Amino acid sequence: MNQDQMLLEVRNLKTYFFLEEGTVHAIDGADFDIKRGEALGVVGESGCGKSVTGQSVLRIVPNPGEIVEGEIIYYRYSERSDGTEVQEAVNLTELHPRGDEIRAIRGGEISMVFQEPMTSLSPVHTIGQQIMEAIILHQEVDDDEARRRAIDMLRRVGMPQPEITVDNYPHQLSGGMRQRGMIAMALSCSPSLLIADEPTTALDVTTEAQILQLMRDLQQDLGMAIMFITHDLGVIAEMTKRVAVMYMGKVVEMADVDTLFYDPKHPYTRALLNSIPRLGQKKSERLESIKGVVPDPYNLPPGCPFHPRCASFMPGVCNVQDVPNYTVEEGHKVRCFLYSEYGE
Amino acid sequence: MTENTNHMLLRVNNLVKHFPIRRGMLKTTIGAVRAVDGVSFHIRERETLGLVGESGCGKTTTGRCIMRAIEPTSGEVLYTSANGETVNIPELEKHDMKDLRREIQMIFQDPYSSLNPRMTLLQIVGEPLSVNKVARGTELEERVADLLRVVGLRPEYMRRYPHAFSGGQRQRIGIARALALNPRFIVADEPVSALDVSIQAQVLNLLQDLQQEFGLTYLFVAHDLSVVEHISDRVAVMYVGKLVEMASTENLYYHPLHPYTEALMSSVPKPDPRAVKRRIVLEGEVANPANPPSGCYFHPRCRYCIDLCKVEEPELLETEPQHWVKCHRAQELSLRGVAG
Repeated sequence: MNQDQMLLEVRNLKTYFFLEEGTVHAIDGADFDIKRGEALGVVGESGCGKSVTGQSVLRIVPNPGEIVEGEIIYYRYSERSDGTEVQEAVNLTELHPRGDEIRAIRGGEISMVFQEPMTSLSPVHTIGQQIMEAIILHQEVDDDEARRRAIDMLRRVGMPQPEITVDNYPHQLSGGMRQRGMIAMALSCSPSLLIADEPTTALDVTTEAQILQLMRDLQQDLGMAIMFITHDLGVIAEMTKRVAVMYMGKVVEMADVDTLFYDPKHPYTRALLNSIPRLGQKKSERLESIKGVVPDPYNLPPGCPFHPRCASFMPGVCNVQDVPNYTVEEGHKVRCFLYSEYGE
Repeated sequence: MTENTNHMLLRVNNLVKHFPIRRGMLKTTIGAVRAVDGVSFHIRERETLGLVGESGCGKTTTGRCIMRAIEPTSGEVLYTSANGETVNIPELEKHDMKDLRREIQMIFQDPYSSLNPRMTLLQIVGEPLSVNKVARGTELEERVADLLRVVGLRPEYMRRYPHAFSGGQRQRIGIARALALNPRFIVADEPVSALDVSIQAQVLNLLQDLQQEFGLTYLFVAHDLSVVEHISDRVAVMYVGKLVEMASTENLYYHPLHPYTEALMSSVPKPDPRAVKRRIVLEGEVANPANPPSGCYFHPRCRYCIDLCKVEEPELLETEPQHWVKCHRAQELSLRGVAG
């Protein structure tokens, strides 16, 4: 497998929600890509569109949401009998959300781990039944073999006594165990991309540490790519190689993780990094907060959506024009006029 | 950090709260969840004590027992009020308790469920004032306007309902309500954990400013170790209903003496991709408070566990000055803090 091979390319994605009160531009022109086997972080505050991004890729955007524009190109790789790899590109936005093709991809090639393991697992089916369902749907195996694979997968995610827990219902398990069950289900068909939407947010820190370690080990063993959606910059720093920062439906900055933390360019990224309390930081240091609030989604400000809160706001520019992407260096893109001719 | 020599405000001695487990038709008690199981600590005036632990460790129950939002099973909560009198809160009569509640207020975790959606800001923030007959009419409105200004909200918003505000603004409303009666002591139960990071910083800064301005004392209950470090003078760590360690923030974070504290610190994902990852991943799960293990409750997950830990429960001892720890091996272990 070649690390530089493209797995997913998202171009100018727009997902809108058409509500009675107005149209919410949940994703408003997002661009990013994921390479094979890579861990990409998507970070942002609530309402920035990071979860809808994951849902758009899987084509499970809930009503009344709709992908109105853009492309999500997913590259499938398969090996021919002579050992050469063939690449096939599918535009996920063109598939019917209930069609056979997306159903084969969803859960089989791209799978998802959700935030709340209590509400995303069925309470009336055992963990085993839920994992087996995915296996039987995507692989041609009988019930006995599916059960064996389910137990295997549970063992792999560190579930204690997998032969017994396979017949347990979610309510019989703790939060950490449920999340392990979710991960087992998501990985049961060896996906090439795992979308993890806040997988540890509902867990305690010591359990979170267990789950993060598990995900890191599994990613190395299975060689899958992960799209890690979270608001926690600590999780981003530990788990990902490249990061997309989202604000009001746009990817405002994209860089490798080290550059993002040590040389952030977008004023929003900078402000976000300054506003988190860090372990080992002295109490007397005051946190820098971002002034104001996230704008009303029905009524976005013109131009750059961050301009009303931005410390480097340039009147007449930022509040007038839409901001294009500027490449500040190879692999580091930022949506901010400071890096255009206006900023000089 | 200089030693706080202010007057003692609160002294909690051996606080216990057991929730009975009842079964069957006759609802016979078959056991108890030992939510809080013999907790002792003190808080001095103008100090912030952080109380940390994982979910289910009893930190919220401790905060609520102090305020008598729930009745403790046993134990003393000695509070020294503004007039210098020391009272034991669990023994107070109802009307004395009502007077005392002016001095002790609470800020809640969820800014959505802790504000009545059918009340305007004027009613929400003004309610403590009118219930306690402090102010009414235009005087009440002026006082509410002042309070809103203090927490950084515009007084013109007074006639609006909570739904018109964002999470951070709602938490400010909750803080304004808590401040209405000029309290001395505030129990803040996870006040920023429901907020986004950029908003969290605003509310933390506000809490610190208010403490300076009004000389407040906080019991800050939270699970986020970085937030607790930021705001607290001293920190107490709870595990399955008991305090396992208590020290000044700096000592606790840089020189922890309890293996659980060490593991807790190392579990927090650090927002620094260059940080050396030497994480201690705890095996297993938090013990069940209805059926805790023998000896030290932490021993099944502890990597320093010896035979003694399995049979005998250690006591919370002042191993170093102002540094209490509940571990048999506290003096021989050299544990890693946040710096290492």
